[in-house]
Amino acid sequence: MTPDELFQDRIDRGIKIEPKDYMPEGYRKTLIRQISQHAHSEVVGQLPEGNWITRAPSLRRKAILLAKVQDEAGHGLYLYSAAETLGVSREQMIADLHSGKAKYSSIFNYPTLTWADIGAIGWLVDGAAIINQIALCRCSYGPYARAMVRICKEESFHQRQGYEILLTLCRGTKEQKAMAQDALNRWWWPSLMMFGPHDSESTHSEQSTKWKIKIVSNDALRQKFVDQTVPQGEYLGLTFPDPKLRWNAARGHYDFGEIDWDEFKNVIQGNGPCNRDRLRARIAAHEQGAWVREAALAYAKKHEKRAAA
Amino acid sequence: MSLPEYLLRLGDNALILSQRLAEWCGHGPVLEEDIALTNVALDLLGQARLWLGYAGELTGRDEDQLAFLRDAGEFRNVLLVEQPNRDFAHTMARQFFFDVWHGLLLEKLSASKDERIGGIAAKALKEVAYHKHRATDWILRLGDGTGESHARMQQAADDLWMYTGELFEMDALEGEMHQAGVGCDLAALHEPWLNEVSRIFREATLEVPKQSWMQRGGKRGIHSEHLGYILAEMQFLQRAYPGAKW
Repeated sequence: MTPDELFQDRIDRGIKIEPKDYMPEGYRKTLIRQISQHAHSEVVGQLPEGNWITRAPSLRRKAILLAKVQDEAGHGLYLYSAAETLGVSREQMIADLHSGKAKYSSIFNYPTLTWADIGAIGWLVDGAAIINQIALCRCSYGPYARAMVRICKEESFHQRQGYEILLTLCRGTKEQKAMAQDALNRWWWPSLMMFGPHDSESTHSEQSTKWKIKIVSNDALRQKFVDQTVPQGEYLGLTFPDPKLRWNAARGHYDFGEIDWDEFKNVIQGNGPCNRDRLRARIAAHEQGAWVREAALAYAKKHEKRAAA
Repeated sequence: MSLPEYLLRLGDNALILSQRLAEWCGHGPVLEEDIALTNVALDLLGQARLWLGYAGELTGRDEDQLAFLRDAGEFRNVLLVEQPNRDFAHTMARQFFFDVWHGLLLEKLSASKDERIGGIAAKALKEVAYHKHRATDWILRLGDGTGESHARMQQAADDLWMYTGELFEMDALEGEMHQAGVGCDLAALHEPWLNEVSRIFREATLEVPKQSWMQRGGKRGIHSEHLGYILAEMQFLQRAYPGAKW
């Protein structure tokens, strides 16, 4: 067998690929793209939620949100490390994010306008992320699969905390309930978009499936999310912004309307409400932090020399 | 009823510094620092909740009423903690000056005759040991790093020095608490504080600022202009939706 055939054989037999193992260049590149994109999403994702830390409505909520955003930065760290095992540096990945070459989840290009949005992000965005990530725990690349196991545990916490924010709002005053409804109205469709284009339109699907980088198809994951989420929304007493949404007993699934793919493409292309702000904030943090990183390096070098002398 | 007032001083310091640090979230110079700054913010927020919770029990208000429904003149934090983040050097200088003092204070308070204060202080002391360690590390790295980092660190130390005097200010309330064995003699903390700061500054090749005129007022509710904006942001939801539960 050729190296590529041996590689495929290992994957077919369910043996994890580890950093030092042989892998086809395409596999390495696809994983770097996917894992770094995932890492960037965690880091950029700090911004819309961080937007409400200083305005959280109680000290308890503030502590929970701070801890959550900190978890996300931590996820970013281990995902960058997982990608580094594939031979790309964190510096390079960050440069690619800032130049626009690398993407991050489009959902974070939507604004957090009210406190209810923090609940909606936990419930819907983390909920959708978990569905994606549970599938990825079985991915063929060892470091990524293991990172996913750890991340999934924390994300399910976040999802419950988000839902609890909305539950409190829905049991609160009329204004609070309206705030929750408004958040669902704005976040529902972008959450569905998180699963990507229809399977028929997805460019990377076939090879990724063969390599077990992609385990379940976009449409199947999206359906799973809808089926799981709709009853939760009904329990809150909220209405989903989709007149076509209804239970289909014959299929055993909810039917739902078509995503606005025009909006989807535009947000990916950089035209979402916050694309420019998010990137600007990340670039500013990096540039304004340059002198700090340089100082830390200079200090370490000086002391290395002194220790050696 | 001086004990609640004393607890507000302790709680407000932790709360306002935590709020300042939380502003860094997502904007740190490197991801590891983003996490560390958030970590310190979380510890301080936890401490603030313990102090304010105790103060609230004595006055019939809860931690949120104290945090979100008092106006600036009722806040009792020192001026140092409300100073803006500006750059990473200012943030770390503020943190270092505070942490060294905070450690000394909590050590004393952990032997307080008020057992509740003693317990909170002992718990907080462990966290603050880590904060101080980290802040010290950054004073060294920035002071003895590059020309730019040295200049920025020195500037930050010079800018913030005049807010350090208030940390050691004894007034009637501090005196009463000290006499009762509940609080401590803040003035006595100055020498060990200055020794520690001077030792680290020397190692970091920084000059200990010589300015001797000190700003004061925070502990009596007379603040800098910054606190009003901190509260406007922090208290927005509680003020806009009176009585709502979150």
